[in-house]
Amino acid sequence: MNQPTSYAQTFYNVFKRDMQVAVRNKGDVINPLIFLIIVITLFPLGIGPETAVLTRIAPGIIWVAALLAALLSLERLFKSDFVDGSLEQMLLSPQPLFIMVFAKITAHWLLTGVPIIIIAPLLAMMLHMEQSAYPALLITLLLGTPILSLIGAIGVALTVGIKKGGVLLSLLILPMYIPVLIFATGAIEAASVNVPYSGHVAIMAALLIGALTLAPLATSAALRVSTN
Amino acid sequence: MWKWLHPYAKPERSYQLASTLLPWFTISSIIVLIIGVVWALAFAPVDIYQKDYYRIIYIHVPAATLSMSVYMAMASATFIGMVWQLKLSDAAAAAMAPIGATLTTIALVTGAIWGAPSWGTSWVWDARLTSYLILLFIYLGIIALQNAFEDKVLASRAAGILTIVGAVNIPIIKYSVEWWNTLHQGATISKFEQPSMGDDMLYPLLINLFGFALMIAALSIVRFRNEVLARDSMRPWVKELVAKECK
Repeated sequence: MNQPTSYAQTFYNVFKRDMQVAVRNKGDVINPLIFLIIVITLFPLGIGPETAVLTRIAPGIIWVAALLAALLSLERLFKSDFVDGSLEQMLLSPQPLFIMVFAKITAHWLLTGVPIIIIAPLLAMMLHMEQSAYPALLITLLLGTPILSLIGAIGVALTVGIKKGGVLLSLLILPMYIPVLIFATGAIEAASVNVPYSGHVAIMAALLIGALTLAPLATSAALRVSTN
Repeated sequence: MWKWLHPYAKPERSYQLASTLLPWFTISSIIVLIIGVVWALAFAPVDIYQKDYYRIIYIHVPAATLSMSVYMAMASATFIGMVWQLKLSDAAAAAMAPIGATLTTIALVTGAIWGAPSWGTSWVWDARLTSYLILLFIYLGIIALQNAFEDKVLASRAAGILTIVGAVNIPIIKYSVEWWNTLHQGATISKFEQPSMGDDMLYPLLINLFGFALMIAALSIVRFRNEVLARDSMRPWVKELVAKECK
């Protein structure tokens, strides 16, 4: 046991644990997805089923719904670990917190971001989105959902110690999500009228890289504050 | 410099310094603002195209510019608080947040009032306006987070992380008029070689800008004093102060 655990091993251990917890509490993973589908269903019912209107607003609806679904699933990231004390053990362990936070965020993305990406073409079809916009939708979701998990982690870490953190979390996080939303929907709209959208995608990739490097650091700092 | 600054890490000394500075800032801001506002509203020439309603920019521009400066001041204060573990620096940041939020609201409202006649619309979703609205949301988030914790020290630390993360937005607001083709006009007064504004109109604006800065300093000092007192309310020096006041 004196052998120190390598970074890769630490990452793998935390990652595996989170995946196992999620597999055993299937509701936590599936409920946000059902929420996403219901929200998407509400729009055609509320606005009216005209194909032209739905085609026009499809990218926005899908992205806003994805944003809200990500927000709903975020609490799961640290809350239960905070309640049962395992978060504190992680903070006390000699392994760098960055790696563990990163592993937790990766697991979170695989459990909430990837299902959204998989189900997105189906939702796009339901909303009569332009055929040419499908690749753009998938690319922006692929680049954008990790950003949602990464930035969201900062907010969850800040509010984990507060009793009614849910509403506060959305206040803190949604403004930070706006740039992602703007560039994602911009790319999809450009694609649907057959205009090159590589500029939007490049900015989203830059946002992702920035978030990947900085968000786990901010999350670790925030965890240390709120578990004081 | 550290030797000179060191005594002010003590709340008591900082409180005294704030108390001595407060009247100077208050009086000077009132004088400068009276000169600036009267000049701007009564004596500055009338614009050919915009008639008299252009005068609202004398409030709009200082509020908008300085709301971003206040944010940067907050971010610097929290950064200093994090790196050198100065609790008073956190108190200063906490004191500035509501002032920044108010300025942002003033800028948005005056901008809408000005936009209605001159752009034909009070609100457009262009880059400058949207990113500026995000600034207001971030301010509100910071204030909400500060109120969510019982412990003030903890609240400041948490809000500090959010402040530093949110600072990403400031350059976006600043350069939004250059990066995107927006309805909002580009920089007007910072082009020093040749401002796109006549001198008669420019000087009252600069005076107002200065007056707003002084006013913000005065308000920050008032709130900073309150913040220090609230945080140290159980300490002997505050009790002595209260006892002296009550006599």
